[in-house]
Amino acid sequence: MATHRRIDVSKVGDVSVVRFVDKKILDEAGIQELGAELFALVEHDNRKSIVLNFSNVEFLSSAALGKLITLDRKVKSAKGRLKMSNIRPEIMDVFQVTKLNKVFDIRSEEAEAISAF
Amino acid sequence: MSDSASTGSWHREFELPSERGASRVVMDDLLAQLGLHGWPEAEIFGVHLAAEEAITNAIVHGNKLDPAKRVHVACAVSPERVWIEIHDQGDGFDPAAVPDCTADDRLEVPSGRGVMLMKSFMTRIEYNAKGNGVVLEKVLTAEH
Repeated sequence: MATHRRIDVSKVGDVSVVRFVDKKILDEAGIQELGAELFALVEHDNRKSIVLNFSNVEFLSSAALGKLITLDRKVKSAKGRLKMSNIRPEIMDVFQVTKLNKVFDIRSEEAEAISAF
Repeated sequence: MSDSASTGSWHREFELPSERGASRVVMDDLLAQLGLHGWPEAEIFGVHLAAEEAITNAIVHGNKLDPAKRVHVACAVSPERVWIEIHDQGDGFDPAAVPDCTADDRLEVPSGRGVMLMKSFMTRIEYNAKGNGVVLEKVLTAEH
């Protein structure tokens, strides 16, 4: 099991639930590290069912959005499924104006996301 | 780029080095001032996002992290209006040439959303002719 600095990962049945350590995801070094940890879940740990719980996240930049898009593509190409939950309204606005809400599978609550697999 | 900051009840200018994370000194002051001037949290979020994207663009894409170059930022905040002007020392770019990140064939491209987010969360954004300076302005409307 890899050591994580930017995320906390737990298992609920077959689903990996990921929570973000940082409230504000904006500094470049942190985003690179976050991306590497997220990608390793797919590429190293072979996790197929992943929920990203955003309850701790108050702010994210467009560079962070880029990592989420790349993660989504990696999960899809590994024939896995990625869902997101607990996104606060301001961040949901970001997903809506960029139309990423059409790309990502977004659920209100973590339990709803888990039961949707 | 004809606006001045004369209507702001708080005004400050910054000279930033062209290094990642340099926006922090601006953000700490700007966000604190928005709070002190009674701006709603949701509006502060949008200004934060737009300003962060614009300053990061100036440092990374404008000055290309060149330590010999600086980014100049001027900010003004009043209870109804925030105004931020950002200049870098790079060659500039054509904002009209940035592809639409919401087009179906670009939705899953990982980069290129900064300018779009600035436009969405501010009342007005205006680049200078060279494309190395931008004014961001947000005016609170009556319903806020």
